[in-house]
Amino acid sequence: MSINIKEWDLVIEPKGSLFRLNLKEVWKYRDLLEMYIKRDIVTFYKQTILGPLWFFIQPIFTTIVFMFVFGGLAGIPTDGIPQPLFYLSGICLWNYFSDSLNKISDTFYTNQAVFGKVYFPRLIVPISVTISGLLKMLIQFLLFVGVYIYFASKGSTIGVNAYAFLFPVLIFILAGLGLGFGIIISSLTTKYRDLKFLLAFAIQLWMYFTPVIYPLSVMEGNYKRYIWLIQANPVTAVMETFKYGFLGKGTFSWFSLGYSFLFTIVLLLIGTWIFNRVERSFMDVV
Amino acid sequence: MDDIAIKFENISKQYRLGTIGTGTLSHDLNRWWITNIRGKEDPYIKIGQVNDRESKSTSDYVWALRDIDCEVKKGEVLGIIGKNGAGKSTLLKILSHVTTPTTGRIMARGRIASLLEVGTGFHPEMTGRENVYMNGSIMGMTKAEITRKLDEIVDFAGVEKYIDTPVKRYSSGMTVRLGFSIAAHLEPEILVVDEVLAVGDAEFQKKAIGRMQDVSDKDGRTVLFVSHNMQAITNLCTRVILLNKGTVAFDSTPLDVVRNYLMFEASKEGAVMWNDQSAPGNSMIKLSSIKILDEDNNIRSQFFSRGKIKVQLDFTIFELDSELVIGFDITNENGIVILRTYQNDGTPDSWPILKMGRNSLVCELPEGFFNAGAYYISPKISLHCRNWIINSDPLLSFEVEVNHGLSPFWNRITKANRPGSLAIILPWKDNDIVYNTQI
Repeated sequence: MSINIKEWDLVIEPKGSLFRLNLKEVWKYRDLLEMYIKRDIVTFYKQTILGPLWFFIQPIFTTIVFMFVFGGLAGIPTDGIPQPLFYLSGICLWNYFSDSLNKISDTFYTNQAVFGKVYFPRLIVPISVTISGLLKMLIQFLLFVGVYIYFASKGSTIGVNAYAFLFPVLIFILAGLGLGFGIIISSLTTKYRDLKFLLAFAIQLWMYFTPVIYPLSVMEGNYKRYIWLIQANPVTAVMETFKYGFLGKGTFSWFSLGYSFLFTIVLLLIGTWIFNRVERSFMDVV
Repeated sequence: MDDIAIKFENISKQYRLGTIGTGTLSHDLNRWWITNIRGKEDPYIKIGQVNDRESKSTSDYVWALRDIDCEVKKGEVLGIIGKNGAGKSTLLKILSHVTTPTTGRIMARGRIASLLEVGTGFHPEMTGRENVYMNGSIMGMTKAEITRKLDEIVDFAGVEKYIDTPVKRYSSGMTVRLGFSIAAHLEPEILVVDEVLAVGDAEFQKKAIGRMQDVSDKDGRTVLFVSHNMQAITNLCTRVILLNKGTVAFDSTPLDVVRNYLMFEASKEGAVMWNDQSAPGNSMIKLSSIKILDEDNNIRSQFFSRGKIKVQLDFTIFELDSELVIGFDITNENGIVILRTYQNDGTPDSWPILKMGRNSLVCELPEGFFNAGAYYISPKISLHCRNWIINSDPLLSFEVEVNHGLSPFWNRITKANRPGSLAIILPWKDNDIVYNTQI
């Protein structure tokens, strides 16, 4: 019996082609993507007095604490960058990455009620988290710009340079890493949830393997033997390039940025592949 | 070929029993090794039992659906009936793309929308309006489409006043109405309705069913309808399939299938008895048997209408509750409930006294009550207005032949000469009022 599959709008089979990216379908559902992003942003500060101000409060306080603990007590140098700027840039970028990773890794679990009843490309949800997180980070970036102008007007020797134009690339890498790792973990935790427990403290520890509270140059000086560990971390290049481009200090190399970029692409490919595999039947095992 | 809306080809679905834990990992690895590394066929797909809830399973795998082959024509209203666990919801889940079949293929034309998720994805913190957009886009509508229909949706739901209030402040009725209203304005080519719909109040159900009728009659769309309500099935559907243990047992006109279903399900022995393990009920009360008896307390399933018919319910109470309601439904052969009776229908002093431990209640149906035909009994036990304990499909059947006609005209009442389910002889009298004929 030969049936022309083309004449049907929808064909449901046990296994589809695994490498088919659902991007076309995601595009078809772009209105839903928009709604999800809006929901994430709007519901964040519903029923609060300070409203969107909360976007700023968290990084401000974290910066103050970091200045006290790491800058003051521990005396970790900041490459000559004013401490508030140094910590604030690190916190904004790192929070974006860790927040999306955290939220996305729970995708299947937290959305099982909706996923169990209606079909839409599941990738919509992690992508929406990535984008709404990005908006949040860009808002926080305004804070960074404010502090930046303050220090510049006081004659600090910080200088924005041409490498700042790499900012969109940095954003792409950071978003891609959060999304990629997130969907892999969410796919792996549908059946066995062990990884979820690991993730909680892995993210915490990960920050210390990323130049957030210290510059990479400190490692070069004191712990040359272990520096490869930090350099293998794809987030490192993002942090250093950002500081190099906007604050004029830091370790920049095209090689490490290229490495991070390639890492992100490969991660996204593997991620979508696993995610596609799992989304088809996750309802049976979640 | 072109008039087929959905085509099911050998759809099967296998489920794994038990919980997921440490032990299942080695099993998974074994399965993965055999299929992916050694490239052999999955050995576990061959085993697995038919989905029989009554007997204890010997295999870890169970077939929720097995080789469903079926075509649904455009504009058809297909009813799907079957016992709980027969595979109805699994079939709908596969059709709505939520999970995948283990084997087989479904092909469909047009957008599929399901009414099984009234209010899915409602976010309590967002306003009604925001949720309409959210929910609508989850169901596959575009933003422009929703904006165009927003007024209509809000109007149909009757929540104009509250549309800018967070949904968490809504009453549950308002939430359901809004959710249904969105779904009702979807205009899909294929509409899937699960029995969950039957939860709302009577008015809501009427609205929902009316909307379904509109969808199929006026717009010529295809509807798949799962329900336990035989009356709704026979009224709405143009064709019905009966699922049993994951396979299609019957596929015919609604009346035919409903009759078959009732016969198929119910015992013709005149009694059903359960042992302690299989007894239906919960930790409060368990039914141990239900019997149909004649005047002399003999178990029978064939009766003459001249003579009483008694229904005896035996059950064990483990925890007394003053709101325990025990009774049964009598259904005719078309699936229409003709009577529901409860032990506490009368005044409180006439109620039988329920006690801890074994109880036995008898309900007597008067002589000459039934017309000729087949009838079915479904036990109903509940906590008044709280929850069902037993709300089963027909379990017992009995047949009645009429012989109580006392009139020379009507000494042989049969279904052929007297319609209706009941054939009670009612008193007829001269009217005492004297009319003034002069006016």
